[in-house]
Amino acid sequence: MKTMLNVALPKGRLGEKVYAMFEKAGFECPSIKENNRKLIFENEEVGVRYFWVKPSDVAIYVERGAADIGVAGKDILLEYRPNVYELLDLDIGKCRMAVAAKAGFRDDPQKTLKVATKFSNIAATYYNSQGRDIDIIHLNGSIEIAPILGLSDVIVDIVETGTTLKENNLEVIETIVPISARLIANKSGFKFKSEQIELLKNSLAQQVKDKAQ
Amino acid sequence: MSGFKMLKNDEKVVFGLRELYAGLGYSQYKMNKFEEYDLYVKNKDFLISENVITFTDTNGKLMALKPDVTLSIIKNSKDEVGCVSKVYYNENVYRVSDRTHAFRELMQVGLECIGDLDDYCLCEVISLAAKSLEYVSPDYILDISHLGIISYIIDALGVTGSDRDSIIHCIGEKNLHDLSAICEDLAVDSNMSELFKQVVSLYGTVDSILPALEQIAADYPDMTAASQFIKLCRAFDAFGVGDRLHIDFSVVNDIHYYNGLVFKGFINGVPDSVLSGGQYDKLMKKMGRRSGAIGFAVYLDTLERMTDNSDRYDVDTLLLYDGTADLDTVSRAVGELTASGKSVTAQRRIPEKLRCREVLILKDGEVTTLENNA
Repeated sequence: MKTMLNVALPKGRLGEKVYAMFEKAGFECPSIKENNRKLIFENEEVGVRYFWVKPSDVAIYVERGAADIGVAGKDILLEYRPNVYELLDLDIGKCRMAVAAKAGFRDDPQKTLKVATKFSNIAATYYNSQGRDIDIIHLNGSIEIAPILGLSDVIVDIVETGTTLKENNLEVIETIVPISARLIANKSGFKFKSEQIELLKNSLAQQVKDKAQ
Repeated sequence: MSGFKMLKNDEKVVFGLRELYAGLGYSQYKMNKFEEYDLYVKNKDFLISENVITFTDTNGKLMALKPDVTLSIIKNSKDEVGCVSKVYYNENVYRVSDRTHAFRELMQVGLECIGDLDDYCLCEVISLAAKSLEYVSPDYILDISHLGIISYIIDALGVTGSDRDSIIHCIGEKNLHDLSAICEDLAVDSNMSELFKQVVSLYGTVDSILPALEQIAADYPDMTAASQFIKLCRAFDAFGVGDRLHIDFSVVNDIHYYNGLVFKGFINGVPDSVLSGGQYDKLMKKMGRRSGAIGFAVYLDTLERMTDNSDRYDVDTLLLYDGTADLDTVSRAVGELTASGKSVTAQRRIPEKLRCREVLILKDGEVTTLENNA
C-alpha cells in the first residue's frame, strides 16, 4: 500500500481551486466532488487523503502533523507564525493586508492610534517597525464598522476588491503586505514523504509558471 | 516482567542514551535545580524560551529554575589546549511551552563536547546524535547543515540588520519565493542570489547532495566552509552514519550563537524535531571562552507522540479471589504469575476501567481463566 499523503484544504472557493491544481498534478480523489457532508476523502491508489478544514486552521493541522501539507493564506502564516515549511506561492487567493480609514482621515502622530483588527500580530509588527504608538482593538468580524462607530481610528484587514470598504465610506491608506495562498508542509512530514511532496510541489510550480505566461 | 519492560518510552530512552554516551567516555554532568539568574539573562537569546522562573534566595540573590543545561556546563568548563571535556546530562528543565504558553517541566538528555575540538570530535558527536535517534526509532532522519556556507552567502550579499533576519527566516522555512522577493527588493548581486536559492533548495542524502556541493566549492574556492563540510560529510561513513543523514540547509539554529555544523533530528510520526544541536563557538566566545564546543539535546517530551502499543493494558493479569480465600494460596498464585513474567493485580472484584490482558479467578485453590482479552 502507498504511503498516504495527508492534505488539509481550506473549505470554500479557494479550497476548490487548490484541489483542481492538486488534481491536475496527479493527486486526484474523485470522491471529493460528491455532494455530501463528508470532510475526509481518500484515494489509496494515488496515496492521498484530503480533509476540509476552516481556512484559519490549516496551519495548525500542518504544524501539529495531522496533515503533512496544506494550503494557507499568507495572512494566517504572518499572524500565527506556525513552525512549518512554506514551499510555494500558489499565486491564487490574491489580496492584500491593508490599513483603511474613513475617507479623508488624517493621522495625528501625537495621539495613540486606535487600530481595530482580526490580525493583531501583523498590525503590531507593522506599527512597531514604524515606531508608532498604537492601541490594538482585537475584533473577530465586521471590522469595517469600527471606524464608523468611533471605536477605532483605522482598521487593519484583508482587502480584495475594496468594494466593502467603499460601501462603508472607507478607503485604503496603506498596503502592509500582498497576500496569496501558500503551500505549507510539516517539517517532520516533509522528511519522510519528501518524494511525494517534491513531486507535487514541482507540478504545482509548473502550473503557476504556465498561468503567469 | 523485567524492570526495563515496565519503563515508559522516555525512561527507556534515557537509560539507553546514558549507556551510549558513557560507552564513549562521556561523564555525567549533574547540576542543581537552581542557577543564578544572571547567567541566563546575559544569554537569553540562546534560550529556547526567554521566560525563566525566578525567586530570591535567602542571601538576596536572584535565582532561576534552570531553563537550560548548556550554559551551566560552559560556565563550569575550562579552556585547556589539546584537551576536550565530554559530558552528558539527563536533567529536568523549566520552560514556557510554545503551544500552551505556560511553564512546563521537561526531561532533557543531551551531551556537550567542549575544548580543543578537531574533526574527530565533530564526527563523533554527529554519529552519537544519529545513534541517539536510532535508539528512539530506526525510522529517523538527521538533517545537517553548515552555517559557514549560509554566512558566506549572506555576507557576500551585503545584507545586514532586519533584512538579514528576514533572509534567515526564509531559509528556515524553505521559502524560496519570499527569499527571491527580498533579494530583488535589495537589488543584490543576482549570481549570489541564485547561489543562495540553489543552496537552500538542496535536500537529500549526503551521497545525493555531495556532487552539487562539490561543484559549489569548486566555483567558490574562497568558501572554505564548503570544503570543510564536504570533508566531514565524507568522514561520516566511517562512523557508521548511513543514509539516514540528510543535508538540509534550512537547518538554521540561531546564527548569533551557532557556527559550523548544525543539525536537527526527526522521527517518523513525531511532528516536531526531537533532537537539535550544533557547534556554538560564538556563544563560547561571548562567554569569554577560547574553546570550541558542539553538543545536542534530545527533547523527550516530544516522544509522547510516538505510538506505544505496550500501553494498551494497565496490567497483564487480574487475579480475582474472594474474601474467604486463604492468604497463602493467594500469595502463591500471585507469585507463580509474576515468576512467569506477567504483571499481576490481585483484587476481590473487577476494578472499573482496568485494562488487562486476562482475568483469572482463584476458587477452591484452583486458578481458572475467566476472560482473555489479548
